[in-house]
Amino acid sequence: MTQAIFFFYFASITVISAILTVSMRNPVQCTIALLSALLHVAGLFILLHAEFIAAMQIIIYAGAILVLYLFVLMLLNLKQDETVLHQQFGFALFFSAVLLGEILLAFFQSPLLGKGSPSSVKGAPFKGNTESLGYALFTDYLLPFEMIGILLLGGIVGALVLAKQRPTR
Amino acid sequence: MIPLSYYVVVSTLIFVIGLVGVLVRRNFLIILYSIELMLNAANINLVAFSHYLESIVGQILSLFIITIAAGEAAIGLAIIVVLFRKRATTNVDELNLLKW
Repeated sequence: MTQAIFFFYFASITVISAILTVSMRNPVQCTIALLSALLHVAGLFILLHAEFIAAMQIIIYAGAILVLYLFVLMLLNLKQDETVLHQQFGFALFFSAVLLGEILLAFFQSPLLGKGSPSSVKGAPFKGNTESLGYALFTDYLLPFEMIGILLLGGIVGALVLAKQRPTR
Repeated sequence: MIPLSYYVVVSTLIFVIGLVGVLVRRNFLIILYSIELMLNAANINLVAFSHYLESIVGQILSLFIITIAAGEAAIGLAIIVVLFRKRATTNVDELNLLKW
């Protein structure tokens, strides 16, 4: 019962903050709404017993990425636009509504609807979330882990090369 | 116990809101925010299925998605800074040099 209350709180605030993120006029207000959405998604992760992912969500998303966005936003010093919407927003809204309807229609006709937790009665086979995550990450998924390191290195070098001020001749 | 389908519905709603944001807004920064929302929707799905199937693989995948989102933010913000230096705008419909 307590779990249900927390789930509906986190889910509703996440959806409301997501709507505010795409609908606010001021980009700084959009950033704050996105921060609220990301923090409440971390709450959903804690409800799913993924404590390590929730901590990573708060540290990386809310701590690092959002601060980076806010820094660039302050750096650019954007002026307030009178029109925030793209010209073809009518088309976009229509096709997004069609897509949402299709997904929800397919979902509510699914035979798995409402089937709760097929295997959660067995009890947790893991010793602990972080421990089992680290064990799997450094044994079975070592190669993807190294590849993601290479990708981050490429991201650092790419951002430096792109944003470097070239000497004017 | 919350059924799995509730999490899938929440993730669907957040994904479609992010998609609307990508298609509707003019500001490049808000488009990047909407992409982050869509990546978060994928993360919710992965972690929910990982919990209900009792497999750790979904959480590892969502860790990789968070990493890729960090790299995407760095590169996207570098592109925004370069574009703003050259064109003094971040509106995507004014950046139409390659449009025929």
